[in-house]
Amino acid sequence: MTQQLNKTFVKIEKLSKSFKQQLVIDALSVDLMSDQRIALIGQNGAGKTTLIRCILGQYNFEGKLDVFGLNPRKDRREILQQIGFVPQTPPPIKLTVNELIHFFERITKTDAAAFKNISSKLGLEIDQNLHKPFYKLSGGMKQKLLISFALGRQVKILLLDEPSANLDPQAREILFALLKNYSKDTLMILSSHRMDEIKDLVNRVIEMDLGKIVLDKSLTNT
Amino acid sequence: MNRFGNLQELETMQRTLFTHSSLIQIMNADIRQNLRSKWFWTYSILFGGFVAVMFSTGITESQIIGFVGLSRLMVTFMQVSMVILPIYVLITTVRSVVGDRESNVMEYMLSLPVSFSGYFWGKFSAKFLVTYIPVFIALLGAAVYGNFTKLDVPWDLFALYSALLASMIFCFLGISMFISAVSHSQDLAISTAFILWLLLVAFLDLILMGLLLKLRLDAGTVIGLGMINPLQVFRTAVLVLFDPELTVMGAASYFILDTVSRGWFIIFAIAYPIILGALFGWFGNYFFKTRDII
Repeated sequence: MTQQLNKTFVKIEKLSKSFKQQLVIDALSVDLMSDQRIALIGQNGAGKTTLIRCILGQYNFEGKLDVFGLNPRKDRREILQQIGFVPQTPPPIKLTVNELIHFFERITKTDAAAFKNISSKLGLEIDQNLHKPFYKLSGGMKQKLLISFALGRQVKILLLDEPSANLDPQAREILFALLKNYSKDTLMILSSHRMDEIKDLVNRVIEMDLGKIVLDKSLTNT
Repeated sequence: MNRFGNLQELETMQRTLFTHSSLIQIMNADIRQNLRSKWFWTYSILFGGFVAVMFSTGITESQIIGFVGLSRLMVTFMQVSMVILPIYVLITTVRSVVGDRESNVMEYMLSLPVSFSGYFWGKFSAKFLVTYIPVFIALLGAAVYGNFTKLDVPWDLFALYSALLASMIFCFLGISMFISAVSHSQDLAISTAFILWLLLVAFLDLILMGLLLKLRLDAGTVIGLGMINPLQVFRTAVLVLFDPELTVMGAASYFILDTVSRGWFIIFAIAYPIILGALFGWFGNYFFKTRDII
């Protein structure tokens, strides 16, 4: 029997972020551990996406934010090699599906077969769409491909910003099954408006409002 | 201690290699995306077509102030390039960074293990290649076709013009990437690029002569103003090997070449725009990597 040691993957102390003097994250402090599956909930403008972008090193901020003990702005390469991200809105990338897969293969050093395996489970046959530009795929197909890129890699943190927004009910169910069976040592942060949909998947709920954590609760149902 | 030092060196080397690797991957991806865009093919056909039209209209057989044959064609090509290229480079590349930021492409691409500098310089390199290669091929095509039809090919002129084109494109690309990195919207970036181009065109002779006459500025100041304008430098360098009477060069070129020797001016005309472009590129990258990227 092996004993798992919970590690702090993300350590946040008094994190603040403003845009043009408007405070979006307000002195937020929280530790996010290796085995946690977190539902990050809150209304529009609560600061969820801003927090995710701070973790991804895309924003400057005040306070302290460490990912694996490293600085997300300065140590991007080491950190992002271990983070899988699905954005809320698929970007209009002009590369074909085939070119995008090869780009991902080289950047993330992951075999294309891993991406194809996940996309196939989600109901997207990549081989039939290889020569289509990514931006011309349907919303659901784009989302499935981006989910495949995130889940196909063996990462330590999964950041999923409304990952099921464009998916049909069947693909949504498969996605949640895939997430449920994903490595238990991975920190998973799911930003969502539909708590009912992800409540069986998560073991911690963090609710944000006006840049602060207004609810931080552990769940025991998983 | 020694082992620790070696480890640090290895880490630095790995980091450098990785930066280069992400630069190459971003460059590769950007080139592929550009090859799929309409502007690239319009641009390539425009320059290739222009050379073909010049041949078909018999421009190589005409003679104006000493230019004849392929030299005449190349000088005309460069004069057209001077008018079209800067504004074309500015308008087509100024949305590179700010466009990716607005469309959320950057949010996604920079969630991958790609360094900020690798992203910026990868896009810079891709844009340089896709803007330079079509004009270079058009110029090379003219030389090869001229050789094939038994015209004398002025290879020295070909080499000078290839270098001048590369230098000018690099310069305006650096300026364009800088504007793109610091702008908050695509509209603002395009407007800024357009105003800058108008200003540089206006300073070719018109405003310079106005300053000289109205404000009674000394010639040295006017020459200095001319020499910092990359368009003026390009224009003067294109004709510097010819026209000993300086009749077609314009007033500013006359003053410049009256002060500086032609050999030095050619070196300056190639090096200065490259340095200017690199400087703007460096500042653009600095702003890009130190500010919020979205």
